[in-house]
Parts: sequence; C-alpha cells; structure tokens
Amino acid sequence: MISFILIKLITCTVVFAISLGVAAYSTLWERKFSALLQDRVGPDRAGPKGLLQPLADGGKMFFKEEIIPNVSNKFLFILGPSLFMITALLTGSVIPWGKDFITSSGKHISFQITDINIGVLYILGVASIGVYGIMIGGWASNNKYALLGAIRASSQMISYEIAMGISIISLVISTGGSLSLHDIVEQQDAGVANVVWQPLGFLIFFICALAETNRAPFDLPECESELVGGYHTEYSSMKLGLYLFAEYINMFVSSAIMSAFYFGGYNFPFAQELYHALGLQEGSIWISLIGFGAFFTKIVIFICVFMWIRWTLPRFRYDQLMNLGWKILLPLSLFNLALTVVIEFIRGNIHF
Amino acid sequence: MLGYTITQWLFGILSFLAIMFGLMVVFSRNPVNSVLYLVMAFFCIAGHYLLLNAQFLAVVHIVVYAGAIMVLFLFVIMLMNLNQDTEPQRTWLTKIIAGISGGLMLFVLVGSLKGSEQLQLTTYGASQIGLVKNLGKVLFSEFLFPFEIASILLLAALVGAIMIGKKEIK
Repeated sequence: MISFILIKLITCTVVFAISLGVAAYSTLWERKFSALLQDRVGPDRAGPKGLLQPLADGGKMFFKEEIIPNVSNKFLFILGPSLFMITALLTGSVIPWGKDFITSSGKHISFQITDINIGVLYILGVASIGVYGIMIGGWASNNKYALLGAIRASSQMISYEIAMGISIISLVISTGGSLSLHDIVEQQDAGVANVVWQPLGFLIFFICALAETNRAPFDLPECESELVGGYHTEYSSMKLGLYLFAEYINMFVSSAIMSAFYFGGYNFPFAQELYHALGLQEGSIWISLIGFGAFFTKIVIFICVFMWIRWTLPRFRYDQLMNLGWKILLPLSLFNLALTVVIEFIRGNIHF
Repeated sequence: MLGYTITQWLFGILSFLAIMFGLMVVFSRNPVNSVLYLVMAFFCIAGHYLLLNAQFLAVVHIVVYAGAIMVLFLFVIMLMNLNQDTEPQRTWLTKIIAGISGGLMLFVLVGSLKGSEQLQLTTYGASQIGLVKNLGKVLFSEFLFPFEIASILLLAALVGAIMIGKKEIK
C-alpha cells in the first residue's frame, strides 16, 4: 500500500513537473519560432542563446505589482486564474506516457497516473469545466472588455466541444469501443495508427483542439485589436502569468491527447524490430523510456505545428468562427461518424 | 474509523457538502455566486454517483450540467448584471406569502417522504450496472423503446426551443 502511494506520488510529481517545464520552454520556443518565421533573432539575452528567458519572465511576473480592481469581486477575481490552471493540469492524469514496465521483484509499474475506464469522458468533462476559469475571471474583473472576452471564450469552447465529442465517438468506435486511454494506445501497437482509419476525424479534432486552447486563428477571446486584452485585461502580475501559462499547458496536453488518440502514443513504426535488435526483454524499463521518447517527439512536433499555424494564419472574424463550428465542423463530424460505422461494419468490427 | 467504513464517511461528507451548497444557492445575495454554488452542488452529486459505481452518470452529469447548462445560466446572469441596486424591493406581503407557500411545500414533501419508507426499492441487475459497457448494453437492448421515446422528446424540445428563439417565423 505504502509503495503504491509512493509510486503514484512520484508519477504525479513527474507529470506535474514535465507539464510545467514543457509549458515554460514552449513560451521561449514560441518566441524563437516566431523570430525564425519573421527572420529575426528572437530573445537571446538571458543565458546562452536565451535559454534562461522563461526563468527571467517568470521572475518578472512574480515581482510585478499586483493590482486588484476595487469594484471587482476579490475572491472570484483570484479564483479565476487558479481554476483555469487547475483544469489545465487535471487532464494530464489519464494520459499514458509510456509502456508499463516490470521491476526485478515482478511488480507492474505504469507510466500513467490513473487508468480509469472512462478516461475519454473524463477528458471531455475536464475540458467542459475549463470554461469556468475564464468566465469567472472575466466577470469578476468588472470590465466590459473582459466580460466580452470571457463570453466569447466560453461560447467558442462550448461550440467546438460538440464537434470534438462526436469525432471522439467515431474514434472510439473504430478502436474497438474502449474508453480507456491506455487501451486506445495499446490497440495501436500491433496495427497502424488510428489516423489511417480516422483522417477526417483527426482533422476535426485538431481544429477543435486549436479552438479549445484559444490559440490563433481562434484567439478571439484575447483579440487585442477589439478587446484590449480580452478576459485578462484587468489582470497583472502572476495572475496574468497563470492565464498565459495555462494556455501553454493546455497546448501541451492537447498535443499529448492528439498523439495518443491518433498517432499511436508511445508506439512507433518498427518498434518491435528495434527492441529485438537491442536485445530488450518485454517489460524492460528501457522500452518504456524509448516509448516515452517517441511520445515526447510527437508532442513536440504537434506543439511546433500549433505555433506554425499561429504565426501563419490571420485571426477569424467572430461570425466566421461560429459558422465554421456549427455549420461546417458539426455536420462534417456527423458525416464522419456515419462513415466510420459503415467502414467498421465492412471491416467486420461491428455486429448487429 | 469510529465504526464507519470509508464509503460511509465519503457519503456523509458529500451529503453535508451538497446540502450546504444547496442552502448557499438560496441564501447568497449575488446571483453569480448562487450559480457557482449550484455548480459545486452538482459536483457533490456527481461524487454520489461515483459512490454508487455509476461512473458514466457521474461524468455525464458533470459534462451536461456543470459544463453546459450552468455555463449558459452564468451567461445570462452575467449579461443581465443583476445586483442589489436592480433587485426589486419585496414587501412584507410577498414575504409572508412566500413563507406560507414554502412551508406548505415542506409539509407536502415531508408527508410524501414519510410514506416512501414502505416502498420496495427495485435494484436492476448487479452493482456493476453503472459502468459504461453494461449501461450501454441494457439501454440498447432491454430499454431501447423508452430510450428512443426519450430522445424523440428531447429532439422535439430542441426544435421547439429553436422555433421560440427565432424572431420571425417565415
């Protein structure tokens, strides 16, 4: 019992640390990447090649003056960013980061905080609560711009959740009906990655993930040409930092979910051959670590794609955003669901 | 612990929190706070579903109620910007009427609950019925007809809501 708690504690801490670390260095990479695309140098003052820039930014955020507007609801004003951060970190607990390994005493240790059999629904649930952080913060600021930003953010997130949910249903149908993330990733071990069977589903999921994380071209909630700073107009110091930081954690987590759902997670082509060539036994810790490396590579590629899109595409207009969500993505995801059922019936995976 | 199992402790704590948040919904002055307390009460109820081994119901409860319906409530209340200045002043007469009708409601509820002790609880299937797989199998075989009727009812309500929401009907 004690060792179980200890192992889970260590896993939690590691996942927490990795989420924060990746998010911190995503901020630096975002700036470096934009510099690359715009033919600039980017931040290069703090540390060698600007590698300490996230620490400098964090330190700056902590020491800035903290302003809480007099007329606002103080408790809710503080609750907003905290809630947004909590929901951003919650999703990481069901993602399988690597294959299970067996210790010398014959104990199975998994690279996942918890493998619940409703993992997919859990992710949808946490995503649907994520709205509250923005709404509470935007309303408690007692500022028209912040309120408008908050309402934009939440209506956008609610609208795109539907298409996302339906594309996940098609994914679950084509992966054999398990709602556990561990099973979804394991099932891609022997065969091909799910994206081969679900190309349209992946596209819909990807667009919805962009909208859910409020990234460009869907960053209307913080559209500075119309809404000053959007829902975080009134925020300063580390509370603003939490909002900005949680966005990068969301990006990291949704990249992880996409690579687990559609690109095989910790599996990669010719994995068995590689392990065989290296002489590794099933259940060895090295297999887990190599798998984790492969998973991480996929996540980093996805983060790069997110940034590439941000620095390439202009922002949508609000009516375009709603049209895309309700009139294009929703029918498309329903069509994908129907198509999936037909294909799976032909493949012989569904019986009546 | 004090003669109770962990499940009983959890049940007690969750029930206490659910009732407390329910009371806070009624007593809090600010409507936005009321909505947030209601969300907390929904989370406690989702915890109860988990204790009953009904994971699917718990998550759907959170997704639908806390994640969608209450967000719309919050929308409306935030946009109306209700506060104490705009709140209509209540007279003594309305307070007395509200007190009497509330008391009668309590009387009816207590009376009906008192009779319910004799009712036999019919449990369906094993305790694993709340798991997604078992629930889906039962829902789409044995209870297919009521399930479809319920979905048609929901669809009709949806269409009706859209028709009411339209400004002019062509």
